[in-house]
Amino acid sequence: MKKNKKNEVSNFKKINRRDLIIGASSIGAISLAPKKLLSEEANPENLPPNLPEWTQYLGDGVDVNPYGMPSEFEGHVIRRNVEWLTASAESSVNFTPLQDLEGFVTPNGLCFERHHGGVSVINPQDFRLMINGLVDREMIFTLDDLKRFPQTNKFYFLECAANGGMEWKGSQLNGCQYTFGMVHNVQYTGVKLSDLLLETGLKEKAKWVLAEGSDSSGMTRSIPIEKILDDCIIAWAMNGEALRPEQGYPARLVVPGWEGNMWVKWIRRLEFGDKPYMTREETSKYTDLLTSGKARMFTWVMDAKSVITSPSPEKPILSKGLHQLRGLAWSGRGKIKRVDISIDGGKNWKTAQLHSPVLSKSLTRFTLPFEWNGEELLLQSRAIDETNYVQPTISELQKIRGVNSIYHNNSIATWLVSKNGKVDNVRLG
Amino acid sequence: MSGLVRWILSFSLIIFLVNSTIASERKFNLGQIANKEEVDGWDIDVRPDGLGAPIGSGTALFGEEIYTEQCAACHGDFGEGADRWPALVGGEDSLASHDPEKTTGSYWPYASTMYDYIYRAMPYGVAQSLSFDETYQIVAYLLYMSDIIEEDFVLSDKNIGEIEMPNRDGFLLPDPRPDIINTQGNPCMSNCQVSTNIIGKARDIDVTPEDE
Repeated sequence: MKKNKKNEVSNFKKINRRDLIIGASSIGAISLAPKKLLSEEANPENLPPNLPEWTQYLGDGVDVNPYGMPSEFEGHVIRRNVEWLTASAESSVNFTPLQDLEGFVTPNGLCFERHHGGVSVINPQDFRLMINGLVDREMIFTLDDLKRFPQTNKFYFLECAANGGMEWKGSQLNGCQYTFGMVHNVQYTGVKLSDLLLETGLKEKAKWVLAEGSDSSGMTRSIPIEKILDDCIIAWAMNGEALRPEQGYPARLVVPGWEGNMWVKWIRRLEFGDKPYMTREETSKYTDLLTSGKARMFTWVMDAKSVITSPSPEKPILSKGLHQLRGLAWSGRGKIKRVDISIDGGKNWKTAQLHSPVLSKSLTRFTLPFEWNGEELLLQSRAIDETNYVQPTISELQKIRGVNSIYHNNSIATWLVSKNGKVDNVRLG
Repeated sequence: MSGLVRWILSFSLIIFLVNSTIASERKFNLGQIANKEEVDGWDIDVRPDGLGAPIGSGTALFGEEIYTEQCAACHGDFGEGADRWPALVGGEDSLASHDPEKTTGSYWPYASTMYDYIYRAMPYGVAQSLSFDETYQIVAYLLYMSDIIEEDFVLSDKNIGEIEMPNRDGFLLPDPRPDIINTQGNPCMSNCQVSTNIIGKARDIDVTPEDE
């Protein structure tokens, strides 16, 4: 009798659960703009000694999710944008949720986006890469041609030169995501340009390359030939699968360690010339205005930088006792050598643990265990790269560059941990 | 094989080797040779010295109409900008101020860049729909509004490389970074003399988007 009753309840539950599955999958369809709120408390019915329903009943079969998505309970881990920043969403930016990520690889769907004319949709059959100008042979390559060249697989970070650009004058955006999230780190598969150019040949006078996208902004940047031949790649895959449309599908330029704007997406053309082309992006935009009214031009390298991803404004401390401080560091000049952590606003520092692999021009994960007993903290991280460059404070940068240069703010941020465990982006001075 | 034929063959081999040091050989035999028509269709860039400028011309006089039709909705009747869309005119002498205004007139170092960008990317959402002459007209009108050329000046492929922009010498090269003091890899580790007063909080600025 008792057993029967349990079965009735179970069947009832099962039907309900089916409804839930349907409900969940329809949520799943729009889950890229999800606000699936987690319940604050655990459900006691699922805790020992009780039996949760997922332990008792069948879950989804292998035919339910041909392309897997994150758990519905991870719906808060999304790219976010700041609507007031730009005039239109097609020429705008969103931010990687660094505070929710582990390790050093950024999942493809969370890599921040920066477009100047929206996301182009390109059938790979219609892709062509033209190489013209000061080459021995002007040539056109299909995607299949590119994939037949010798292949390279490399991890690199891509950071927008304007990452942290809103923080020059003071602390403005209260989040790790909004202040550091214009960076991502994936493994690229592609062909090295030094290999591709063996096919076209290069004229001796070729000193500069104009890289041109096929999107509706016709994105263009000039790149010196030394960099092109050193480590630039035409990539068609990221983290083992085809590039995502918003990252330049079917192929993009990879310019390791240099500002993200140069990594032209939806690449269609490389023109070789003897002088820079002085495109809109490298004159009116990605130039760094100083207090004198003069602006630095061709500031390509991304200097060493680090950020504490947890605790952070999005990741308050919820209880006293042991915690693992987590963060990311990177440098466009090579490998990260060391990361120091301060809990008192920069007076005293402790060296964090770097987690392998520590790769050149790649995000590097660091952690440091700490005890929290409810006291106020001023958290800072400071990266040192293999060239011995030390990540500067904002006042060190301001002294040299003023506050109007928008780009290349690689300064140390400060997170204030209050006595209630809440975390704020603050400016010290 | 006669001696003569052998001689001719080895001679042509020498010619071939000499040639290959000038024009390299293809290493992988992948891809196709591009023809002139294909290259001309995609090679739309214009360099500061005017290289690449397509044959055509325009004046501000004719540019006003096409500007009003194609550009003014976002950039304003006089290039002053609308809503959050950028101003194209104005901002003279503002670059060293607290509130620099970077327009084509005040900041852009080359007129060629205006032609190149307008032709390749404007009007926003209908890229590469302007004719060469229309593009010259719009650039001429913008230059005229910034007092760089006269209203009847005929801007063309012949002279776009010679326009003198006010901020032509406003840019510094090469990149001086690393421009900070500590590049020795040994920063202060304890009892460092730093100010730890909180002088600003992002929370107080209150412009951070919130999840709904």
